[in-house]
This record gives sequence, structure tokens and C-alpha cells, in this order.
Amino acid sequence: MNRFLLPLAGFMLLAVILAIGIRHAPEKDIIASPLIGKPAPNFALPDLADAAHTVRAADFKGRWYLFNVWGTWCGDCRAEHDTLLEIRRANVLPLVGLDWKDDDAQARAWLTQLGNPYAVVAVDHAGRTAIDWGVYGAPETFLVNPQGIVVYKVVGGLTHEVWTREILSRVPRQPFGGS
Amino acid sequence: MLPELGHFALILALLLAGLQAFFGIAGPALARERWISAVTPAVAGQFVMVATAVVCLAASFIGDDFSVRYVASNSNSALPLFYRVSALWGAHEGSLLLWILLLAAWTVAVAIGAARLPRRFAARVLGVLGLVSFGFLLFTLATSNPFLRLDPPAGDGVDLNPILQDPALAVHPPILYTGYVGFAVAFAFACAAMLEGRLDQEWARWTRPWTTTAWAFLTCGIALGSFWAYYELGWGGFWFWDPVENASFMPWLVGTALVHSLAVTDKRGLFKSWTLLLAILAFSLSMLGTFLVRSGVLVSVHSFAADPARGIFILAFLVLMIGGALALYAWRAPLLKSSAGFELGARESFLLFNNVLLVIAAATVFAGTLAPLVSDALGLGTLSVGAPYFNPTFMLTMLPLMALLPLGIHASWKRGRLSDAQRTLLMTLAAALICALGLAFGVYSHGAVLTPVGLSLGVWIILASLVDPLDRWRRGLSLSRAVLGMTIAHIGLGLAVIALTTVQSFTLERDVALAPGASTSVGGYQFRLGAVEPIEGPNYGGLGASITVTRGAAVVAVLKPQKRQYWVQHQLTTETAIHINRGNNLLVALGDDLGAGRWSVRIQIRPLVSLIWLAALVMAIGGVVAATDRRYRAGRVAAAAPALAPGGEQPT
Repeated sequence: MNRFLLPLAGFMLLAVILAIGIRHAPEKDIIASPLIGKPAPNFALPDLADAAHTVRAADFKGRWYLFNVWGTWCGDCRAEHDTLLEIRRANVLPLVGLDWKDDDAQARAWLTQLGNPYAVVAVDHAGRTAIDWGVYGAPETFLVNPQGIVVYKVVGGLTHEVWTREILSRVPRQPFGGS
Repeated sequence: MLPELGHFALILALLLAGLQAFFGIAGPALARERWISAVTPAVAGQFVMVATAVVCLAASFIGDDFSVRYVASNSNSALPLFYRVSALWGAHEGSLLLWILLLAAWTVAVAIGAARLPRRFAARVLGVLGLVSFGFLLFTLATSNPFLRLDPPAGDGVDLNPILQDPALAVHPPILYTGYVGFAVAFAFACAAMLEGRLDQEWARWTRPWTTTAWAFLTCGIALGSFWAYYELGWGGFWFWDPVENASFMPWLVGTALVHSLAVTDKRGLFKSWTLLLAILAFSLSMLGTFLVRSGVLVSVHSFAADPARGIFILAFLVLMIGGALALYAWRAPLLKSSAGFELGARESFLLFNNVLLVIAAATVFAGTLAPLVSDALGLGTLSVGAPYFNPTFMLTMLPLMALLPLGIHASWKRGRLSDAQRTLLMTLAAALICALGLAFGVYSHGAVLTPVGLSLGVWIILASLVDPLDRWRRGLSLSRAVLGMTIAHIGLGLAVIALTTVQSFTLERDVALAPGASTSVGGYQFRLGAVEPIEGPNYGGLGASITVTRGAAVVAVLKPQKRQYWVQHQLTTETAIHINRGNNLLVALGDDLGAGRWSVRIQIRPLVSLIWLAALVMAIGGVVAATDRRYRAGRVAAAAPALAPGGEQPT
């Protein structure tokens, strides 16, 4: 055999490995979060509706939930609000809001005016919880499974398409009301 | 309007690159003189169109046109003007455009320089470059168009990634890419030589200045990236063996081998097929680097944009370009025969060792970088390879390389008698040992086994490199730029070895908790934390601390590290504060609020770390000096003579 063919053969082998590598390459959004497949970071924050009440990640253990980071200062959050209301109406899983670096009064007014899609909203004034979750910019949404593991992450506004194709498809169909 | 104009210009550039490739390759093959004449205008036209596209995009950035998606995703109205320009290559689409612009600029330079080359050969070189341009332009237009519009336009942009808002990182990509793209020229020369069957040593001489220049840029680019990582990422390391860093380091290692092997091919007509292979390999690794960074195949701290669909496109392009070149190699290289021989101990054999060791080093880096991917592809689970693998395997090849360098410099071509240089070598080695022991045990007080070894090798390289040039200078003889450049580059390498050894052996690191007013002592310096206060910049807020450093009674410096929070992206960045004292880099980073008024503070003392980047700069300067040697220009005029002979040259 011609030994000068060896580099070509080696390269072709590499190309095959790279091609397999691409098929295994995680999706774009997943790369953005090292949290996928890891336990959701814990938090204990005041409830927007009642500051005396504390919201904890542990409260939702045992069921699927969506963790949605938002703020009244964020334009895209306004844009995704209708989708959030749609998710509420679908009654598949609860939405846990993280009101990030926001004014409480404004946030309450926003929910009264536009409709409240959230089961509960935790208030993160200092932004510590958002850092723990690796939030890059609002809005961001995390899907967490009953074992408390982050399954999927959406960077940017939720749309009807993302909701049905990416989120609903990952959740077993059961209304969250009954347990 | 401007974005559409830019988009249109890019499409025209694609067409012109296609013409350039077609006429440049088919013209000489079919001996159509008029086709060959069309190549240079196509090169000029392509450059003008690409430049137009870049100017259009830059104008959209400067004018805050947030109806352009790429601008809206990477800029903001509060972003300072300087970063609004550098934001152009802050993400994937713009980086590609920058790559294409630099390739077009190199092509124009080659077209000007190639005016003295044989006409057909020059057309082929430009044709191959056109093919590379065509691939990248098609990739940009098909998968990564920076001119897409948003409807409705965004009110404001989401800002440039805050860690990219830094002067060193703003200029890092253009310099690095200039190096990457420069290897395309060596690749094109090699392919043209194989297409034409002109496999004498002339092509090596024509290629040398281009390759050396590209190598110098790559050296600078890598050093800048390392410098940025040192002060911006906040943990004070200067090299992390991260896939993206490795992606730039592999072409550098192979490029270094190529620079040396071209010298042997040019001077002695040896290593011909090996040099061809290295030329293909250096550029292949540059493109592979792009693939690894951009496809999402490897996860890295630097991967800002990744998309599997793009990965498939790049892979197909790689298979066509590299596979094509390697097939050409398999066809042509067997025709090469080296008539000359050399003895063991001649300079040729040292350069052979140099090549083998550098390629092995590149291969170990390659294996470590791709191992996680292979393991994942074969379903063996996730694997992560880091410094514990890279450091020792890399040392294993670098130590003998450094030890052989002084011998190689003093060996003569063809004859394997080192006895003439024996005295010089022993004297310089003895001097180096004394210096190294003095440094290891005199200036610094401790160290590992390898410390004196590394230091003596570094000093030996410098002394051995200086002997001949100093001797010639003393005797009033002239020194060619090629030799001068080589000497400077080798001195730079010696300095780098000394700096790396010192940093690895004598770094002190402490993470301490300090309340304002409290102080701590590290390596003979006292660090006292003053106030921690809010700060405000043009597009960020945050906290700034003031730390007073004293040595004995004297105040050495007041360091002001910061934690910044950028408003638009809410991202936190750490701004370290650095002061250089007695060759030591004192680095201070402000960590978290630990409560009760205490702050975590990271203190590092790295001796001679600045010398690493300085050494890289010295090496790059050496490269530039060598590339401007008169001999290359004179060589070209002489080389043009055989071109008058009838074309269609085929070896028999």
C-alpha cells in the first residue's frame, strides 16, 4: 500500500468520529446551561403575594414545574406573558416565578393588570438566586422534574411553539391538581 | 438599506471567489491564458466586496441599528464606541466575516507578491485561496448571515458579552485570525505546487516569508488570549488547556515545525514530502479549530456560539478541502525523491528531531482535546481531560526539544561533526547551570526537581543562540535578517522557558477572608483591605475595593480590584488588580461578601509571569525580522527565470 495514503485514511477516520460527535452534540440551549441534568439550586425567598411567607425549591419536590425568571423591566417578559397565561390554562404543571431585581409594587400591578400565570412568585431583590441558577438575562425558563433535576432550559421568551414542542413533550400528561 | 447593501456585497464576493477559484485552477490546467488573466481582477473585486460588507455591518453597529438581529444581539446603545466596533466580531457571524476579510486581504497581498512568480503557479495559488474563500463565504451566507433583519426591530440591544468588553480581547481575534488565515497561504502554495507538479525546492522558498509572518501573528494572538484569561477570568491562571485554547495551540505547534522544515527543504532540498504534509496539516488544524469552536461538538468556557447545523456544514467543507489536499498529496508525494543525504549529528537531523517532537506534542494535545469527544461518540461516557494529562505529556516532548536546540544551532549542514562547537556548547552549558542554580536557590528559596532543569535549559538556549551572532558582530561581519530573526526568536523561546519554570515553581496563592482594616501577609508582602465601595461605569455598576500592599515599611502599591455587574445582561465580571514589583506580579481579586463585613479576597504572587507574554512578543518579532530577509525577495526574481520555459511541467 502507498504509505502516502495514510494521512488521508487517518483524516477520514477522524471525519467519521466528528460526524458522530455532531449527532451527539447537545442542543444549542442546553450548552448554555451546565445545570441540565443537575439538581435545581435551592432557594428560600419571600413570596410576592405575602412577604411573610417563604417560597422554597423544596416546596415543589415530587412534581414537574417550570421556573420562570422575569421582571417588569424586561421587554421580552411582556412578550412571553401571553404564552405563560396559555400554560396556566393548560393546567399541566405549575409555573414558579422568580421576580428578579424588581420593584414589588410594580410587579404586583403588572400581574393584576395582565393576569397572573404563576402558582407562586418568589422575590429575588439581591439577584443571588438568579446567579445560583446561572441566569444570563431575563426571561429564562427551566423545566424541573419531580426528582428536582433540571431537565430543560429556554433562554429568551417562551413561545407557543417552544411550549408545545420542547416542554409539553417532555412532561408526562397528568393535570397537576390531583396527586 | 445598509444591511441589504452589505448582504448583496457578500453575495457578489461569493461569486467572485468562485470565479477566482475556477479560473485560478482550471486556467493553468487547460492552458487558457485569458482565464489566467482574469484571476487577479477577481481577487481585487472579492476584496472590495468583502470590505464593503464589513463596512456596512460596522456602520450598523456604530449607528445602533437594532433592526439588524446580529447588532441587537451583540450591542447596546450604552456600549462605548470602541466596543461597538469590536462587537462586530464578538459572536459567530461577525467572527466569520472577519476571517473572510482577513483571508481576502492576505490574498491581495499574495497577488501583489506573486507578480514575480511564474504566472501559472501564481494563478494556482490564488485559485486555491479562492476555493477557501468560497467555502467560508458560502458557509456565512447559508448558515450565519450577519445581515438578517428583526421585524419588529428591537428597542435596544442585549449588549456585548461583558467579558468581551476588554481592550486585549477586542484586538485578540483579528491578530489570531491573521495567523490562522496566514497558514492558508502556505496551504495554497503547497496545493499549487502539487497541482503543478513543481515539487522542487523553489515553492518552499516562496512560502517561507508568508509562513513565518503567519506564525508571528499566531504567536501574538495566542499570547494576547492568555494575557486576557490571566487578568479577566479572575483566577490568575494563564493557560487552562481549554479546547478553544488548544485549537489555537495545535496549529502553532505544527506551524513551528513547518517553519523549520521549510528551512531544510529550501536550503537542502530534503524533507520535501514531509514539508508538504505539514503545510496541509497546519491549515487543516486552523480550520479544525474553527470547527471545534463553532459546532458545539466540544463544550468550552469560550464557546459563545455553537450550533450543530453549522457543524455539519463545516465538516463537509473540511472533508472536501483537507480530504482533497491529502488525496492530492497521496497522488503526488510518491514522485518525490531526495537525492541528498546527511549524517547523524548534522543540522538536518536536529531539525528532524525538532519536527518529530513538535508533531508529537501537537498530537498529544490533539488526543487530549478530542478524547472527550471520541469517548462520547463511542458511548463510553463523559470524560474530561485537563492539566494533569496535558502538563506531563507536554513536558515529555518539550524537555528534549529544548535540550537539542542549542546543539542544533551549532551543528553544520550535512556533516555530523559537532566537535568544532564542542567547546562553545560546554562553556555555555556550564554558564547556564550556574545561572540556574543561582536563580533557583539564591533569588528564590525553594523549588521542585525540574526547576533547575528548566532554568538551565532556558539560559542555555539564550547563551547558545547568542554565541555566533555576537562573534560575527565582533569581527565586523554582516548578519542576515534571517539569522538575526532566528536568534531573536530563540532568545524569546529561552525567556519563555525561564518564565514558565519560575511561574510554575514559585507561585504563591492565598484565598483569605478580610474585613475592612484587616491585613494578611503573603510572601513578604502585607495586604491591607481598605473600604469596599460602590462604583459606577458607563454601562455597569458594582463594587470596588482598595487594598494597600506594603513590604516592610514601604508602600508598594494601592490595588483596586472590582466586581462589576453589567446592567443589560446582569452578568458579573471580576476585574483583578495587578501590580508588578521586583518582577513579581501581585494579583488581587475581590470575591464574595462573606457576611459580617468580611470579604473573600484572592491574592496571588506570580514571579516573572509577565515575561511569558513578553517572551512571546520577542518570538513574534524574531519571526517578522526573519520574514523580511532580502534573500526571499531576491530569490523570487531569480526564480522567475525558469517560468519562461513552456508550461505544463510534470515530473517524470
